Order: sequence, then C-alpha cells, then structure tokens
Amino acid sequence: MTCNCAENKSWKFSDPEIDIALLEPTLEKYGDVAGSLITVLQKAQELYGYLPVDLQAYIACRLGVKPAKVMGVVTFYTQFRTKPVGKNLILLCQGTACHVNGSSGIEQAIREFLGTEEGEITADGLFTYNNVACLGCCSLSPVMMIGDKTYGNLTKDKAVKILKEIAAEG
Amino acid sequence: MRITVGKGSCGIAAGAAEIFNILKDAGVPAVVTGCIGMCYLEPIVNVDDRTFVRVTPDAAREILKFIRGEENGAEQYAIPQEDLDNLSVQHRIALANCGIIDPENIAEYIAREGYAAAKKCIAAMSPEDVIAEMKASGLGGRGGAGFSTGLKWSFARAEKGDKKYLICNADEGDPGAFMDRAVIEGDPHNLIEGMIIGAYAIGSDEVPIAMEGIVYVRAEYPLAIIRLEQALGQARERGMLGKNIFGSDFSFDIRIKAGAGAFVCGEETALIASLEGERGMPRLKPPFPAQKGYWKKPSNINNVETYANVPWILRNGGAAFAAMGTENSKGTKVFALTGKVAKGGLAEVPMGKTLRDVIYGVGGGIKNGREFKAVQMGGPSGGCIPAELIDTQIDYRTLAATGAIMGSGGMVVMDETTCMVDMARFFLDFTCKESCGKCIHCRIGNRRMLEILERICAGDGREGDIELLSDLAEQIKAGSLCQLGMTAPNPVLTTLRYFRNEYEDHIHNKKCTAHQCKPLLTYAIDPEKCTGCTLCARKCPGKAIAGEVKKVHVIDMDKCTKCGKCSEVCRFGAVVVD
Repeated sequence: MTCNCAENKSWKFSDPEIDIALLEPTLEKYGDVAGSLITVLQKAQELYGYLPVDLQAYIACRLGVKPAKVMGVVTFYTQFRTKPVGKNLILLCQGTACHVNGSSGIEQAIREFLGTEEGEITADGLFTYNNVACLGCCSLSPVMMIGDKTYGNLTKDKAVKILKEIAAEG
Repeated sequence: MRITVGKGSCGIAAGAAEIFNILKDAGVPAVVTGCIGMCYLEPIVNVDDRTFVRVTPDAAREILKFIRGEENGAEQYAIPQEDLDNLSVQHRIALANCGIIDPENIAEYIAREGYAAAKKCIAAMSPEDVIAEMKASGLGGRGGAGFSTGLKWSFARAEKGDKKYLICNADEGDPGAFMDRAVIEGDPHNLIEGMIIGAYAIGSDEVPIAMEGIVYVRAEYPLAIIRLEQALGQARERGMLGKNIFGSDFSFDIRIKAGAGAFVCGEETALIASLEGERGMPRLKPPFPAQKGYWKKPSNINNVETYANVPWILRNGGAAFAAMGTENSKGTKVFALTGKVAKGGLAEVPMGKTLRDVIYGVGGGIKNGREFKAVQMGGPSGGCIPAELIDTQIDYRTLAATGAIMGSGGMVVMDETTCMVDMARFFLDFTCKESCGKCIHCRIGNRRMLEILERICAGDGREGDIELLSDLAEQIKAGSLCQLGMTAPNPVLTTLRYFRNEYEDHIHNKKCTAHQCKPLLTYAIDPEKCTGCTLCARKCPGKAIAGEVKKVHVIDMDKCTKCGKCSEVCRFGAVVVD
C-alpha cells in the first residue's frame, strides 16, 4: 500500500481550524532530514496549539514513518499535547523548591478560580493550566509561566489576581 | 558611566524589564546583563560600582536622579554590605561573567579575555596538549557524575572516523537546579568557547574529521535559546565558528536542538535517542557514546557547567584549577540555593567548603528565623542531608557517603515545616512520571513505592511498610538500567536513614509533625482566642464550623474535610492545628 497523502489535497482534519498549508514549509525543509520528527512536531504544535491524532497521521505519512511511532514520541514528551488548550496556557511549576514553598496551595487556588481540572479549557476559552516539573526559576518559587512571562513569589491571592488581570484583557 | 540591569529569567520575573524600560525611556544607555546569582535581590541595577537592589519603578526614578547627579533618594536601595560580603565568599569561574557582561554583545566577552583560550589552543597547542591540560585540571563532569572530562575527551579523540559530534547537555531537568540556564542566559560565549576547545581536542586531525556541535536545550528555557542563538550568530560573523576558525584548518559549528520535556533525556544515551527524533529511552552501555553515539558516530557529551569551566582552565592552566578543592574533587562548583533559605540564588564556591559555608555563609541561613532541618541535594537522584551533618565537606565522595550526591548542584533547603515523608513522596511521584518505562523495576517498582508513600501520607500507613519500602528500594537499584532508575529510591533511603522517626510517627501515631500531610491533621478552635467573628464558619466549604456571632465557634471533626481554610482565614490564630 502506498501513501499518497501529499497529493491528496482533500485531506480533511477533524479540527477545521487546522490549515495544513502552514506546515508545508517545515515539511519541505525537514521531510528528508533524518531524525527531524521532534522538530516537526514542535513546529506543528506551535502552529496549531496541539497535535490531534489525524494531524499525527498526516505528519507520519509525510515523513515516511509509521503513525504509531509519531504517537509514541508525542506521548513520551511532556511538551506535546493531544488536546487543544485555552488562549493562555498556565504552566504551574511543581519543582522541588516550589513544592517546599507551597505550590500545591497555588494549584488549588488556580483550580478553584478557573473551575477546571489540569489540562482542561475554561468555558470562556481563555485558560488551561498544566503542572510542569521545573521552570528553573527556583529562587523565585513558587513560580508560574504564562506565555513567555514568568511570575514569581506567588501567593494564592497574587496568582488569582494575575489571572483576573489577564482575563480582563480578554 | 556604565549602567546595567540584570535581565536573566529571574530578574525579568521580578520586574527587571519594566525597570530597564524606565531607564531607557529616560534616555539612559542601560546595558542588559545576565543573572549575578543574587536572585533574592532582583531586580538589580548597577551604576558603575554602585549596586541598587529590589528596584521598584519608584526606585528606578530615584536612580535616574542619581545618574543625573540630582538630589535623590536612591541610597535606600543600595545593596547592604552583608549581601556584598556574600559575593566575596565565592570564587567564580563558570559564573565569572554572569551578571557583569552583556550576553548579547560578543565584544564584551572578548574584552574579558574571551576566545583567547580557544585561539591559543588552535594556534599553539596540539589536541593532545589540550587534553593533558584538562586531565591535569582534574575537572569532573558537572552534570553530576564527576567523571574526568579530560579522560572522556581522550576516549572520543581515540576513536577513528570521518565525523564526530560534540554535544552539550543543557537539558537541565533536575528540579531545583538552574545554573545551566544562568550560564547560557548570562554568558553564552563562555559555553561556545568551551565547546570549540572540546571540539578541537577531540576532532582536529591531519585526516580531516567533520566536527559538529549540538546544544540540547530544554524547551522550558526560551530566553536561553534566544541568547544562545544570538551568540552563535555573532561568533560566526567573527570567524570563531564555521569554516577555518581563527584562520586555521580547523572547522566547527554549533546548532541548537530544543528538547521536548523529558527528565530522562539528561542520560547520555537517552539524549542521543531524543536528538535522533526518537522516544528518549536509555540503552545499555557499552558501546559508550564516545564509541557509538549520535547516528552511531563517536560523540562526546558534557554538561553546560563543565564546558563553562574549560576556557578558564586553558587560560590559567590545569594546575591552577587543580590547586582549588580537595584531593578527589578539584576546582569550584556552582550551587543553586533554593527552598527555605533566606537568600536564594546561585553560588560558586571552591570544592571542600562545607554545607554550612554555603547555606549560612552565602545563603544567610533559614527564612523567617526558622530551624534548619535538612538540605536536599542531587534532585530526584539524591537525598536529604540532615541538620546534624551541616558541617559535611562538599566534594563528590563525602557527599556520596551521606547517601546524597553532588548531582548538578541543586540545594533545596528545608525547615521544620517540611515533612520528610512528603518529600520522599514528592520525588517518587516525579520519578514515576519521568520513568521511560523500559525497565520493569523502575516502571513498576517505583509506582509501588509511591503508592506506599501516598498511603502513609494519607494516614493509612501499615505495619511493615518501612521494611517493604527498603526492600523495594534495594531491588529497584539493582534492577534498573540507567541512573534514573538506579538512583530513584535515594530520596526514600536517605529520609529513612535520617528521619525514620517521621515515618514511624506517620504510620503508628498518625501524626505529621511538620503539619504538611493534611489527612493526619486535626483542627480545633481555641476558646480563649476565638472572638466569634464567624469568618471561619462562613469560609468553611464543608459547613463543619458552628457558632454564633461573638461566641466561641466549634469544629465538627466528622464533617471537617481538613482543607485548612479556617486556619488560613482566622485573624486571631485561634485555629489550633495538630
């Protein structure tokens, strides 16, 4: 059985937001470079926010590897997500220093404020929170990162205040 | 006048970007630097030899007046003398330029003898000479194992082949360690120069060998990636990377690979698998990476801090480096001081100092005047060293004898409010999430240990649990392939060794003396202190508190979910937790 996904212009993704043309330059660049799977997946996630199964299958076809291999890599690394996330992704550090300084309390406060569990999107689509191992800002623990911005020395109130401010901006 | 603002990740998180903009908008030519290591004082602004700390926007406006020679109130933000003294305890080699130079400007690195060592090696030394100097320095791998860097290089050099790889492990996954991030963000050229020297030592030959460098950086360090990318570009422009470095026959270039988040990729063979686009699972050694590494070619892997020591060693000689430290551990080591320590940050001290020197001398002791209980070293592979061993000398062997390890240099300080059983549970939870799943002992054994620890923390500890933990720990150590599995039980073993009484308290007396394990706590209201303000009753999510206005309230323990909300909100300290 041969794969003709590249020619198959009618390839449909379950998520209509996915414009596969955006990934084309990356696939062109890395399609023939051995060992590029992770790089391609990182780029795809940057473009689409997550890696649904049909997108994984498409990437597998284009790189000439089995979909099972792609899924194996996606599920191995914590960076990769198979579900969409909210507009603002909150990475809450659960490293040792943050743990010692009360990150579990911060998580509780965030969870209560958002009303979602880890990895879920809030009803307004604004937030998803994920626990992460260590953000490397241990001297400012407890710490969270939203987008490229790091917030340190958190208290429950401070964490919620930051989220409220972001929510107000939309 | 030289004005600098510390803009490492920590400084930025503390608000340094805003301070920088205030100065810039006022027309002050402020320069960006990395992290000086005194993270607890961020944001930091230097004006020539004056240092201002914890700079708020208001403080920045006072500093502006100071810069302009106007009457000002900047003095109150000047760094206290005792904090300056902390720096003098240190001896900085890997961090020598961090917080001093502009990491985004190669000229500042060159002005501080930058690239002189690489130039000297390529122009005037044979690769064998370089390796001999590295061996003489006694530098051991700073990723944790402490294996001789010179020896490691000699193995990779001895391999024949037309292509070799020099890899930098910047997958700093150990929770509680951030020195590699500080080096890349604050002094990226130091790392690049170290790698150039390493590549020359391993790959320069009469028969041309294609040398390629790769830095495997955690994706969680976006700023480090940006600064390193910039630095690589500047080095290429100046002919320090690329074809015919410094006009010689030697060619070498470096590219960045962003990791995708897996602690196990700190292990050499797993890192290589990840570089090849696979799941990052370790494999059996030999063959070692020096023999068959990336794409089965000879590959040398060192940690960021290791490379960052190399230029200094080649400038000052291996003997000068070996003159510092102890018999078995040479030179200096960077430590990341965090947790309950008063002055958290980075400290680089000569080997042979004691834990007390670092925690009290540099770290200023424990926050809020509490008691020092233990220090966790080596992350999930390490252990907890108790207060009675605070005078332990810092070197690879002495630390290993305590059951902990040097590791990458994370020191998480704990006080009496830290529960040691909970700490062990925390690390096992981490290891279970990060185990690649290849070895049964690591995959299933650690899971079983975690379940036991979880039930102890939940108040369901059983007779025989301690023995079961010890037995599992020994089997996991023996039955795992890589260091992740082999060392995973260490946090449990060291806490059992030094804090067995806490385990027994949890299991037999159902008590957590540190008040961390919520299911073991009881809440009561002190009738003497309760004013009947009703706040706790209103806030209690389980409606477990009864009482009328201005009358003593009572908690119904049958309804209490032990969430701790009442003790949090009580303004009179009337909620007694036991």
